[in-house]
Amino acid sequence: MATLKINGESKVFEATEDTPLLWVLRDVLGLTGTKFGCGIAQCGACTVHVDGKPVRSCLLPVGGIGDRAITTIEGIGATPAGASVQKAWLDLEVIQCGYCQSGQIMAAAALLAATPHPDDADIDAAMAGNICRCGTYVRIRDAIKRAAAARAA
Amino acid sequence: MSPLRRFVLVAVAILVVLVSAVAIWFATTPGPLAFAGGKKVALDAFTGAEPTGVPNDLLQASVEKRGEYLTRAADCLVCHTAPGGKQYAGGFAFKLPFGTLYSTNITPDKETGIGAYSDADFLNAMHRGVRRDGALLYPAMPFTSYTYVTDEDALAIKAYLFSLPPVKATPPANTLVFPFNQRWAMGVWSSFFNEGTRFEPVADKSPEWNRGAYLAEALAHCGECHTPRNLAFALDNRKKFAGALSAGWYAYNITSDKGTGVGDWRDDELFAYLATGHAAGRGTASGPMGEAVDHSLSKLAESDVRAMVTYLRSVPAESSRDLPPRVAVAAPASHKEGGGSGNLRGKRIFAGACASCHDWSGVSPITELATLTGARAVNDPGASNVVQVVLTGMQRPPGLVSMPSFGSIYSDAEIADLANYVTSRFGSKGSTLSEKDVAKLRKETAQ
Amino acid sequence: MQRDSASLDVTRRKLLQAAGAGSVLLAFHLPLRAAPAAGEAKPTFAPNAFIRIDESNKVTLVMPQVEMGQGIYTSVAMILAEELDADIAQVALEHAPPSDTLYGNPTFGIQVTGNSNSVRAFWTPLRNAGASARAMLVQAAAQQWKVDPASCSAAKSAVTHAATGRVLAYGALVRDASKLTPPATPQLKDPANFTVIGQPLKRFDTPDKVNGKVVYGIDVMLPGMKFATVALCPVFGGKVGHVDDSAAKQIPGVQKIVVLDDMVAVTGDHMWAAKKGLDALDITWNEGPNGNVSSAEIWADLRAASQKDGVVAKAEGDVAKFLGQGDRLDEAYELPFLAHATMEPLNCTVQLTKDSCEIWTGTQIMSRVQGTVAQLTGLPLDKVTVHNHLIGGGFGRRLEPDMVLTAVRVAQQLDGAPVKVVWTREQDIQHDVYRPVYRDTISASLANGKIQAWKYRVTGSAVIARWLPPAFQKGIDIDAIDGAADIAYDIPNLQIEYVRAEPPAVPTGFWRGVGPNNNVFATECFIDELAKKAGKDPVAFRRDMLGKTPRLKAALDLAAEKSGWGQALPARAGRGVSIQTAFGSFIATVVEAEVDEHGEVRLRRVTAAVDTGIAVNPDTVIAQIQGGLIFGLTAALYGEITIDKGRVQQSNFHDYRMLRIDEAPQIDVHLIKSGEAPGGIGEAGVTASSASLRNALYAATGVPLRRLPIDRAALAGKKNA
Repeated sequence: MATLKINGESKVFEATEDTPLLWVLRDVLGLTGTKFGCGIAQCGACTVHVDGKPVRSCLLPVGGIGDRAITTIEGIGATPAGASVQKAWLDLEVIQCGYCQSGQIMAAAALLAATPHPDDADIDAAMAGNICRCGTYVRIRDAIKRAAAARAA
Repeated sequence: MSPLRRFVLVAVAILVVLVSAVAIWFATTPGPLAFAGGKKVALDAFTGAEPTGVPNDLLQASVEKRGEYLTRAADCLVCHTAPGGKQYAGGFAFKLPFGTLYSTNITPDKETGIGAYSDADFLNAMHRGVRRDGALLYPAMPFTSYTYVTDEDALAIKAYLFSLPPVKATPPANTLVFPFNQRWAMGVWSSFFNEGTRFEPVADKSPEWNRGAYLAEALAHCGECHTPRNLAFALDNRKKFAGALSAGWYAYNITSDKGTGVGDWRDDELFAYLATGHAAGRGTASGPMGEAVDHSLSKLAESDVRAMVTYLRSVPAESSRDLPPRVAVAAPASHKEGGGSGNLRGKRIFAGACASCHDWSGVSPITELATLTGARAVNDPGASNVVQVVLTGMQRPPGLVSMPSFGSIYSDAEIADLANYVTSRFGSKGSTLSEKDVAKLRKETAQ
Repeated sequence: MQRDSASLDVTRRKLLQAAGAGSVLLAFHLPLRAAPAAGEAKPTFAPNAFIRIDESNKVTLVMPQVEMGQGIYTSVAMILAEELDADIAQVALEHAPPSDTLYGNPTFGIQVTGNSNSVRAFWTPLRNAGASARAMLVQAAAQQWKVDPASCSAAKSAVTHAATGRVLAYGALVRDASKLTPPATPQLKDPANFTVIGQPLKRFDTPDKVNGKVVYGIDVMLPGMKFATVALCPVFGGKVGHVDDSAAKQIPGVQKIVVLDDMVAVTGDHMWAAKKGLDALDITWNEGPNGNVSSAEIWADLRAASQKDGVVAKAEGDVAKFLGQGDRLDEAYELPFLAHATMEPLNCTVQLTKDSCEIWTGTQIMSRVQGTVAQLTGLPLDKVTVHNHLIGGGFGRRLEPDMVLTAVRVAQQLDGAPVKVVWTREQDIQHDVYRPVYRDTISASLANGKIQAWKYRVTGSAVIARWLPPAFQKGIDIDAIDGAADIAYDIPNLQIEYVRAEPPAVPTGFWRGVGPNNNVFATECFIDELAKKAGKDPVAFRRDMLGKTPRLKAALDLAAEKSGWGQALPARAGRGVSIQTAFGSFIATVVEAEVDEHGEVRLRRVTAAVDTGIAVNPDTVIAQIQGGLIFGLTAALYGEITIDKGRVQQSNFHDYRMLRIDEAPQIDVHLIKSGEAPGGIGEAGVTASSASLRNALYAATGVPLRRLPIDRAALAGKKNA
C-alpha cells in the first residue's frame, strides 16, 4: 500500500514503485481527466502538477513522489491560476476534441502561477511540450494572455 | 658518388632512422599495467585471494556457469550480436574510416560459428587473434586485452558459448579498403602491440587491486575505448584511460585527474556508475558505456565492481585539455536566463522535445537518470555524446526510463543547434558544432 | 485509352446514387418515432428520431453525428433548435444509438461522420425535423385555444398566442402534439429570420473538457474491469509464431496473456502492468509474405502505374489536340503515407457474455461497429450495444472498426469480465490505416496567359473500393478524384483520369482532407508553375480563370487584400496562394513563410478567406479552419510514414513529428457572409494548407517542391527538388 497526496486528499493505492503516476491516477484511482498520449513525455497530455510544477505523469514513477502534493485537472480549478485558465479557455472557445486540453490547461496554469505576465517567449517555453492535433495553438496563446490579463485586473 | 646517388643514400638513411624510431616507439609502448610499477609475479606465486577466475560464490559452479559469468565480464554479447539479431550470432557492424567490419558468429554452429573450434583454436583466437583457419583477426576483437585472460577462464568462456544453441548465420563480408583488407599485416601489428602473455599480478598490490586489474584489463577491456590510440591504431598506454573518441562517441577520461577525469568522484559514485550506469549528479551512461553496464558490469558481483573501483583509483592523473576542468552547476529555472539564449532554434527544439524531461534547470523532475546537471557529456565542448544521444536515444532495460531517438526528425543543422544550446545551457563551455560536424557524427554511429 | 461514355462528369453524389448506396439519401424522410430512452415511461413527444420533449419541458436533441472536436453537437443542436424554436440554452443532448435507418448519413446511407458533411448532409433533414415538430406543437396549442395556428408563434420552447397573450410551454403540449400527424412538407424559416443559426454560440461539449469530467472512450471505468494492451505483428499481415511468456507472468499485476493468430494481448490490473507484461514477452513473429516490402518498392510501383492510361472520369473539349498547341508544361506531384495520430490512442472497452456484447468506444461509424461485432460474435444485432463517446480526435482513423474488433477478440478469451483495450502510441502509429501514397501527373498548355488544355491523372489507392464498395463504380474512386474532377478554373479542354494502384501490404484509408488533400495540392502547385511560365502573378493568373466560380474569385480577392499580397517581403520570404472548392466551401489561403540557409522553414502568417455559405456557428467555422490549417501544415512540413522490411519505421512523436505551438503562425480567418446552404468545413483548412505553403516556399526560394513533406535539403539548394 502506498499513499499520495492528490488534490488535497490522501489517496491510498496498491502499485509497484516503478508504476508511472499516470496509470495510478487513471486506472487505480479512477481520475481519468489526466490523459495518456504517448508514454514518452513527448506530447504533454498527461501533465500534472507536483508541488506546483508541471510534470509528465506518464514517466513519473510513483515510488519517487513521496509527500509532494499532486494536483490534477480535476483539482486545478481550485487554484486561482487554474480557474482563470479554465475560464479563458471557455471564453475564447479554445477547445476542439479536448483530449490534449487537460495537459494544456495544467501547463498553462503552472506557467501563470510562476509567471503572472507571460510574453510570447514564456508561452513558447512553457507550452511547446504540449501537442494538440486539432491545432488549437493560436487560441491557446490568446487564452493564456487573456487569463493573465484577467488575473491582473 | 653522383649527387643523385648521394641524395638517395641520405634519404634512405633518414628513412631508416625514422622508421627505427617509430618502431622503437611502438615496440616500447608500455603494457596496460606498466603504470603500476612494482614486481610482477606468476599467478601461482601471488599470495592472497586469486585475482583471476570467478567470485567466491561461483567457485563450485559448473564450468558453463563460471563461463557465463566470465563471458558477461568480457562483454562478448554486445559486439557479437547484430541489432535485432540472435544473441552471439555476429553481424554487428564496426563502421571504421576505412570500411566496415562485421563481428563473427560465436555460437557453436559447426559451419558458420565456432562449433568446430578445439580448445587450442579458441585460445589462439582469444590470445593471439588467430582464427581457426589461420586468418588473422582485426583488433576490433580486443585480443590484445583478452590475451591476459587465463587459459582456464578462456576455456570456461568457450564452455559457456558451446552450451548455447547453435545459430546458423554468416555475417556480411567486410568492406575494408586496401591496405586495410590485408589481413596478413595484422601479424606485423600484433608483433608490436600484442604482449601475448597471460595476466601477472603485481606482488605489492592488494588482492582487490589485482582482481580489479584483471577484470578491467583482461576481461572488461576498458582501455579499448578509454585509452587513446597511436598512429598504428594501438592503445597508447602512455596516456592510459585519458579518454578517446571511437565510433562517434567520446569515452571520457577515467584517470584520477580531478578536473577532467574521475579523480573527484567518490568511491560509491564510481561504484554506482559502473554497477547501474548512473550516479547522482554525474549523469547516466549511454551509448557503448550504457551497453557495457546493461550487459556486463551490472551483472557482476558487487565485490568485483568494487575491485574495479579500487583499480581505477590507482590510474595516474592525465588531464584532458579539450575538456573544461569544472562541470557546471544547475542552470536557472527560467528559460530567459542562462547560457545559449541567442540560439533560438536550439532553444525551440529543447522547449518542445527535451524540457519535459530535462527541465530548463537540467535537473529532471521525473527521474534522476534524466538529470543533465553534472553530466560530463553536457560539459564537453565537443558535444559528440550529446549529439549521439539525441540521434540514437538511450534504451535502458525495461522498468527504467528510456530516451527516444530524435535522429530521424531533426536535420543535422537542427541537431547542431540543439547540441550547442544544451552544452551552453547545462555545461561549463558550450559547443560550436556545425551541420557538417553532426553529419560526420551521424555517419560514425555504429548501427 | 480506356474511355467510358457513362463516366463523364462524375461527382461523388451521382455515383453514390447510381450505386444504390444513396438509397437512403433518395428516400430520406424523417423517421416517425425516435427510439424511446430506456426506462422512459413518461409521456414524451417524439415526432422524429432527433427530438424528444417531455412534460417537464425538457427538450432532448439526439445527435446523429459524433462529436470529435468539430463542434457538431452544437451545430446540429442549433439547426434543430432554430426550426423547433426551442430554448437553445436549455436543450439536452444525447448521442444517437446505432441505426442506419434512423440516423444514416444522407450522403452515405450509413451512420457515418466524415467527409466534412455533417452540416451539409443533415442541413435540410434537421431543419425539416425541427420545423415539423414545431408545427405540431403549434397546432396542438392552437387546437387547445381553438385559434388559427397561423395566429400563434413559437419561441424559447413555448407557443404564444399574441392576440390573447396566452402561452403554453412545449412540455404542456406533449400529449396533444403526440396525437397529431407530422406535416408532409413543414414550413421552413426564411434564413433572414434565423435567431440561432449564424450567431456565435458557446459549444456545449467544452465546459466538461476544461475540468477533466468528460469521459472519452479511453476513460470508461466499469466495476471489475481489466486493462489490456496489444501487439500486432510489426510486419503487415504477419502472424504470431512463438510466445515465451515466462518473464511476463512474473510481473506484478499481469493477469492473462492472450495469444491469437495475428496478435498478442496482455491483461492486467492496470495499463502499466499490461504494458510491462507485453514488453516482457518474447514473441517470435512469422512475418509472412510482406517482410521485404519497402517504401522504395512502393514508390517504384506507384511511379510505374502512373505511366499507364487511367479510367477517364471527366472529359471536355479536345485535350489531345490542344495539349499539342501553345506553351506546354508537364509535372508530377507526390504525397506520402500518413498516420492519423489522434491524441486519444485507439481503444475500446468490451463486456462480452454468452448472449450479449456491450461496447464502449469513440467511433465515427456507430452502426458499422455494431454490425461487425455482431458478425464476429455471432450475436444478433440487438444484443450488441454500442455506447459512443466523445472522440479525442478522429481524422478518419475512427472510420475503421479494427480497434473494436481487436478488443472483442481479446474479450472472447476472457471470462465475461469487462476489459478495456488501449493501444500504445507505438501500436497506434505502426498499425494505422494510412493515408495512401498518391502520384499526380499533370500536363497543360497555355494560350494568351490562360490554360487551354489540362490533363490530370491521379494514381493511388481506391479507399472507397474497400470502404464503400457499392460506390466504387466503373473503376473510378470518387474520393481519389475529389477536388480534381470538379476543378474550379475555366478550362475549355480537360481530361481527368484515375489509375488505381494499391500499395503492397500497407492498409490505406481516409485521412482528414481525403481526396482533395492530394488534388488541391497537385493542382495548386502546378497552377503556380503555370503562372510562372505565363509570366503572370499567381493571384492574377488564377483570377482570370474563375469566371464560372465567382464565390471563389471573391474569396481570392479578399485573401489577397487581407494578406498584403504583392507587398515587399524580406529576402528568402515569400507568399503563396491556393484556392479550393473542396467540401462545398470556397476558400482562398495565403501562407507567408521564410526559409533559412539550411532550408528550415518558419511560418510567418496565414490568411484565409472563407465562403462556406451560411455559417451555422461562425466561431466554430473559424476554429475549424485554424485547426485544419495547423493539421495540414504539420503534415506538409513533417509528415511521412515510411516502410522498411514490411514494417512502419515511425512509432511515436519522437520520430513522427508534430508542429508545436512555437512554430504555429498567426492565422487570420475572414468569413464571407453568404446566404447559400452551408458547405463543409472540418477538413477544408487541411486541404487549404499544403499548396499555399509550398507556393510560399516556391516564391521565397524559387525551388519548385513537388513532393511532401517539404524537403529542407532541396530548399537549401543542396539537392534537386
